[in-house]
Amino acid sequence: MINYIWFFMIAIGVLVGIINGRMAEVSKAIIDSAQTAVAISIGLVGVMSLWLGIMKIADKSGLTDIIAKLLKPTIMRLFPDVPKDHPAISAMIMNISANILGLGNAATPFGIKAMEYLQELNKKDSASNAMCRFLVINTASIQLIPTVMIGIRASLGAKNPADFVIVSVLSTSTALVAGLILNKYLEKMPIFKE
Amino acid sequence: MIKIISEWIIPILVFIIPFYGIIKNVKVYEVFIDGAKEGISVVVKIFPALVAMLVAIGVLRASGALDLLGKFLMPLTNKIGMSQELVPLALIRPLSGSGALGIATEIIKTHGADSLIGKMASAMYGSTETTFYVLAVYYGAVGIKKMRHSVISGIFADIVAILSCVFYSRLFF
Repeated sequence: MINYIWFFMIAIGVLVGIINGRMAEVSKAIIDSAQTAVAISIGLVGVMSLWLGIMKIADKSGLTDIIAKLLKPTIMRLFPDVPKDHPAISAMIMNISANILGLGNAATPFGIKAMEYLQELNKKDSASNAMCRFLVINTASIQLIPTVMIGIRASLGAKNPADFVIVSVLSTSTALVAGLILNKYLEKMPIFKE
Repeated sequence: MIKIISEWIIPILVFIIPFYGIIKNVKVYEVFIDGAKEGISVVVKIFPALVAMLVAIGVLRASGALDLLGKFLMPLTNKIGMSQELVPLALIRPLSGSGALGIATEIIKTHGADSLIGKMASAMYGSTETTFYVLAVYYGAVGIKKMRHSVISGIFADIVAILSCVFYSRLFF
């Protein structure tokens, strides 16, 4: 999919450039853009290293566990169809906590583990209601420390690289609630039955 | 209030997390060094996508194609108060994380990190996930073939996230 999108972006760009007679500008843009990527990446290395260092401390000191403890009651209420002491609950909690802290690499293994446990309860090749709910939570996952974007903004000279976080957290929360409400409504519809 | 939070968030995190680590007897300096080592490899992983997307958007912008697309979508973007500059980002976000990062970076660079468009692009990147990737990886891992209503719910959440970004950005910035 992304292959076609990327190709068409370039193809359309070049075609429109020919029609508009702006090939000199296009040519300059191609070379400049590639060089810009280097400048941005170099700026990004410092900030990325800083956050990954800080987040490693958070991870090692058990901060993830604190967030997990805070999330537990909510998750148990959101998943009444999963038994309280089932390992799926704790795997989902660890996945969501890691996502909130922006530990993307740590979140995926927990998420896959959670799916495996949910599949033990499901046993079909059609997704269970709990799985759909879990994935909606994952596609609208709140991130308190979006490390990469903070780094990019810092390397592009933002006065305050983290100032967008409030807006992004509010937007994701809104999206999460909206997604879960629609999800709850859709799961009862006959066309989506298991 | 918003201004204070956004100014304090970085120093507070850089203080609170090691502080909590010290209390928990974590060797904070050594652990920090260990984590920071991964910084370069993350950037190395992002870099090729950044080149690919910066070049593609660069071509679209320099040729005038982006202006055409913007004019074409103006009735829609005007209605929701979204800048046309953000359309490519909104379209690619659910499909490719690294692609969206490249596009967001280009927008921020062109308009400035502290401009409204730059901040909106940052928030948009930060508030939605690569929905199709998440669905493919998680369902693929356990062999689920029927995704049922989760696809629609996921895309709906993305649309709400993008509209909310526009709304909250106008409110706060």
